[in-house]
Amino acid sequence: MNPRKDLITINSLSDEDIRTILASTSAMKDIFTKSVKKVPALKGKSVLTLFYEPSTRTRSSFEVAAHRLSADVTTFTVSTSSVVKGESVHDTIDTLMSMKMDYIIVRHKNSGIPAVIARHCKAAVINAGDGAHAHPSQAFLDAFTIQEKYGDVAGRRVVIIGDILHSRVARSTSTILRRLGAQVAYMGPGPLVPPRQHTGIPRFTNWEQIFEWKPDVIYLLRVQNERIDTPFFPTADYHAAFGVTEERLRRIDDLNLSIMHPGPVNRGVEICDTAMEYRNCLINNQVENGIAARMSILYHLTPQTQCHD
Amino acid sequence: MPTISKDDIERALEAWADHLLQGRAARGSAQLAIVGIVSHGDVLARRLVQRLTAAGCPALYGAIDITLYRDDLDLRGNRPALRSSHLPFSTDDLHLVLVDDVLSTGRTARAALEVLWEYGRPARVEMHCLADRGGRQLPIQPDYVAFDLTSAAADKVQVHLSELDGSDDITY
Repeated sequence: MNPRKDLITINSLSDEDIRTILASTSAMKDIFTKSVKKVPALKGKSVLTLFYEPSTRTRSSFEVAAHRLSADVTTFTVSTSSVVKGESVHDTIDTLMSMKMDYIIVRHKNSGIPAVIARHCKAAVINAGDGAHAHPSQAFLDAFTIQEKYGDVAGRRVVIIGDILHSRVARSTSTILRRLGAQVAYMGPGPLVPPRQHTGIPRFTNWEQIFEWKPDVIYLLRVQNERIDTPFFPTADYHAAFGVTEERLRRIDDLNLSIMHPGPVNRGVEICDTAMEYRNCLINNQVENGIAARMSILYHLTPQTQCHD
Repeated sequence: MPTISKDDIERALEAWADHLLQGRAARGSAQLAIVGIVSHGDVLARRLVQRLTAAGCPALYGAIDITLYRDDLDLRGNRPALRSSHLPFSTDDLHLVLVDDVLSTGRTARAALEVLWEYGRPARVEMHCLADRGGRQLPIQPDYVAFDLTSAAADKVQVHLSELDGSDDITY
């Protein structure tokens, strides 16, 4: 693939870039089977995780990925940083540049912040989630998980269920899946699903329509209470209307469909306990593949910090 | 442009497999493993293992991609694509034969040695190649060479194998 410094959105990538990163993800997964689960590709490189929003999974997944590539990892924790003391994003960037970081992994509650940081520094910047905008590394691990399960993403049907409107996961994952030739549909509470004329993506309102559409994968989103100022609905009603209940799980099982979820899971809201043990529940595969996908992303980006100036 | 033909390669592989069979006594009790470097060495390793198996001398087969161990990743603008490795066994105590299509600077062999040690501690490692075109930059020498092209001013040795390229030949 052509040299590329940053990964901000899926749409900024060419088809070739997407396929290259996916192909290398598979090779990265081979490393997990070695007795030494590490390769020297990024030896001596510095990786900083800069999370302005709480996250355990994504941050530790990136950290494990960086360690397995032999990079040195520094965690910049917002609650202990100067941000709470009022430092601006620009001043933070200056500080980071002085620290000579090669890769910066950013999560921020506002859309566009990772792109701003990317423009102003030589380090490779990876968007680890910005507002309701994008979460490209999640998209790669989702696409890889589907490819691994079915051999190919093209021709598969994936229905994404939940709060689509506030979800950067829905946005990035549906983008990559469609770029790779899958068909995507949305389902969720009416006000939280964008209309088809805005997205080109079919919009369902109930499970019967989903089963009629004959999907391969049921992709559940987490109900993000923290992103909604006033709760739109009580959780019990959500489970009954949109969640994977025991009864729906039986039909999902009969039809041999897969279940995916970006985590963390709200049991009893999006998904019943039994579904977590379901034979085609791919949630743990997603976690494992997340490390491999992030290794591939780190490997394929080229920071401009190696130019000696 | 000089060419080594399909028949020449066929005969060379026969002699190569023979050489490996002859070494049986010297290997003693150590299990033989033929490990090819992706993407042409692995094809040669597979062909050698097939010949050895047919001759009643089974050997383990492995393939390694050394890209993540290259010493020039930082010097390149873009990163080379990765390919899958397949080494489903520990290298502990094995008599290991590393196979590549062309040996030149020795940098690939160096990287391959680093990979092998992450799978265990082999008893012995040999380096075998189809063609040696010289130009060594490291203290690495082959134990077996099918075609010595070191005196051929062979700047460009191209190995084609039917599994990957549709035909068997070497041009230089």
